[in-house]
Amino acid sequence: MAASQAVASSPRGHVPGEEGVWVFIGGDLIVFAVFFVTYALARQQELALFESAQALLDRRLGLLNTLLLLTSSLFVAQAVAAVRRGDDRARRLLLGAILLGSGFVIVKAFEYSAKIAQGFTLNSNSFSIYYYMFTGIHLVHVLIGLGVLCFTLSRFDRAGRRQGGVALIEGSGAFWHLVDLLWIILFALLYLL
Amino acid sequence: MAMIWRSRITWVWAMLIAATFLSFETMALGNAFLLRSVILVIAFTKVLLVGREFMELRHAPRWLLWGFQSWAILTCLVLIALFRT
Repeated sequence: MAASQAVASSPRGHVPGEEGVWVFIGGDLIVFAVFFVTYALARQQELALFESAQALLDRRLGLLNTLLLLTSSLFVAQAVAAVRRGDDRARRLLLGAILLGSGFVIVKAFEYSAKIAQGFTLNSNSFSIYYYMFTGIHLVHVLIGLGVLCFTLSRFDRAGRRQGGVALIEGSGAFWHLVDLLWIILFALLYLL
Repeated sequence: MAMIWRSRITWVWAMLIAATFLSFETMALGNAFLLRSVILVIAFTKVLLVGREFMELRHAPRWLLWGFQSWAILTCLVLIALFRT
C-alpha cells in the first residue's frame, strides 16, 4: 500500500507535464487575475445594479457545475496516479472525468438558454456583459480541456494500455485542474458575492 | 476499484466539496463585508488545495509552488480589499 502510494505520487522537485504547459497556465492565471480585479472595480461603480442582476442567476446551477468540475478533477488526479502505478483503470477514470466535464457544458448551455429566454442577454446591463464574457471565456477553456482529455484518452488502447510517457496525462491533467480552479473563483465572484 | 478511492486526493476532494457547501451556506447568511471575505478566503483556500494536491505542486520546485501560491494569496487579498463595499 505504502509502496503503491509512493509510486502514485510525483517525485519531489518534479514539474508535472511539460514545462511549456506551465508557461501557458501562468499566463492564464495572470490574465484571469486582471479579469477578476476589473470585475471587482466595475462592481464598485454600479453596486446596486450588480447586486440586483446577480440575484437573477440560478445559484444552484452554479453549485452543480462546481461539484461536476471538482469531481471531474478528482477523476483526472486518480487517472494520473493510476498511470504511474501502471494500473489499467486509468482509461476508465479519464473517461469518467470527460463525462463529468461534458455535464458542466450541458448545465452551462441550459443555464445560458434559460437566461436568454428570460431576456437576460449579453447587452442587458454591465453585469450581464461580465457574466457572459467571463463564463464564455471559461467555457472555451472547458471545451479545450475536454479536447485535450479526449486526445489523452485516445493514447490508451481498449485494454487500458497507454502509449507514450506520463508527461502527456500530467500536462493535460494540470490544464484541466486550471479550468477547475478558475471556475472556483468565478463561482464565488459571480454567484455568491 | 474501491481501494483507489481511499487515498489522499479523495480526502482533498471531500474537503473541497464540504468547503463549496460551506461557502454556499455562508452566502445565505447575508452580505456583510466579513461574510464576503469568508467566501473569498474559502474560494482561494480551495484554489490552493487544487493547486497543491490535484496539480501536484506541493512536490514541484519551489519557484513553481511559490509562484502559484503567491498568485493565489495576492489575488485573494486584492479582491477582499475591492469587495469591502
